Amino acid sequence: MCLGIPGELIGPAEEHEDLAVVEVSGVRRRINIGLLEGQDLKPGDWVLVHVGFALSKISEAEAQAVLEYLEGLGQPYEDEIDALRASDIS
Amino acid sequence: MRFVDEYRDAGRARALAAGIAARCRPGRRYAFMEVCGGHTHTIYKHGLEDHLPEEVSLVHGPGCPVCVIPMGRVDDAIHIASQPDVIMTSFGDLLRVPGGTGSFLDAKAAGADIRMVYSPLDALKIAKQNPDRRVVFMAIGFETTAPSTAMTVLRAAAEGVRNFSVFCNHVMIIPAIKAILDSPDLRLDGFIGPGHVSAVIGCEPYAFIARDYGKPLVVAGFEPLDILASVHMLLGQLAEDRCEVENQYARVVPWHGNPVAMEAIGRVMRLRPHFEWRGLGFIAHSALAMAEEYAAFDAERVFDLPGVRVADPRSCQCGEVLKGVLKPWECKVFGTACTPETPIGTCMVSSEGACAAYYNFGRFTRDRRPAVIPLGEVSRA
Ligand code: SF4
Repeated sequence: MCLGIPGELIGPAEEHEDLAVVEVSGVRRRINIGLLEGQDLKPGDWVLVHVGFALSKISEAEAQAVLEYLEGLGQPYEDEIDALRASDIS
Repeated sequence: MRFVDEYRDAGRARALAAGIAARCRPGRRYAFMEVCGGHTHTIYKHGLEDHLPEEVSLVHGPGCPVCVIPMGRVDDAIHIASQPDVIMTSFGDLLRVPGGTGSFLDAKAAGADIRMVYSPLDALKIAKQNPDRRVVFMAIGFETTAPSTAMTVLRAAAEGVRNFSVFCNHVMIIPAIKAILDSPDLRLDGFIGPGHVSAVIGCEPYAFIARDYGKPLVVAGFEPLDILASVHMLLGQLAEDRCEVENQYARVVPWHGNPVAMEAIGRVMRLRPHFEWRGLGFIAHSALAMAEEYAAFDAERVFDLPGVRVADPRSCQCGEVLKGVLKPWECKVFGTACTPETPIGTCMVSSEGACAAYYNFGRFTRDRRPAVIPLGEVSRA
């Protein structure tokens, strides 16, 4: 739950104005981008996702570095990705 | 992978280690606390202490939210979960955390409806799908997760969801750092500041640490090289007789944090006069409760809670570990009665807890140097 996972913005989600679709390690999920209100966001941008909310916008380089770091964590990261897979916010 | 090499590169690590050694004054000892459990994890996983000179020790701090949940709050949450019609929702990290009468997992086995969620928004969705049940979200975490809880409550309020409430256990990092600074047990020379918490609160709230306590703080990223770089920066400040807040993790942490997130917390939550932290005792103004305007979403008001304070098990020394006074392996039950499979204390439950991180990765570096540095030796002149 403390892990920030990088996600690539795919586009807005229809369900709610604060939601967007991101892709995280091959998984596409809806997340909330309300905390980045006022920031310029477009498909292809990367954000750091905490418990379903994008908390900061990051560069692609940083996203790749964080992903490698997370993969190196092993079980805690797998648990987090499993939890994200089961997530279905709308 | 080029990007990653930049943060992992062995040559850079060696250069930083050499730079760190060069900045140490011979005969002087330096103790730096990494506040965040994520940093503790990186330090043990990569054996970073082995790259540091004898003079520098890293002291593990209280920044693992799962580790600081007091037993009484777990019992209260289980009490709520056991009420008729209740669905309790929680992050997976918390399921095995022992209360005085067992954990969420035990309560689930006994018939309580406790469900793991990834996000508070998942909990809200469960509430909307189950209008005849009362759905409670067990909110834990520092300022990194508090905005998500706040945003979820705002959404529930906007949509008039009446069967959703939050059992709010959010804690704040600044009062915890202050409690450690005021504790007579430990002398520190500086802090490695938490990365993701700072993405929310920014770097300014740490200014008092430099100003009033004369200790430098460097906000750091989670890569091994980030941590080495922060130690290097801390030593640089000490060598030049500077004492400031610096941001090593500017690629993620804006100096002013995330104002939208802070505003959401401010709207939905208010400061508690005091809150108990496992092992650290009561700390003033260190946690958040739901604000009056959102009372309808406050599980503490919706349900009658026993609110019984439960003392930590006698054998447990988590408090000393959380304050950095003891290293994990110095706890009497470490690795014997207390393991990740059968945790006695919380530091063994979360992968970011110092005991679990050490149990999983650190056993080979044990006994490198005394864990408790004699008082006086590390104090700044
Ligand atoms: S070994 Fe177990 S009881 Fe001892 S400090 Fe660590 S978590 Fe607490």
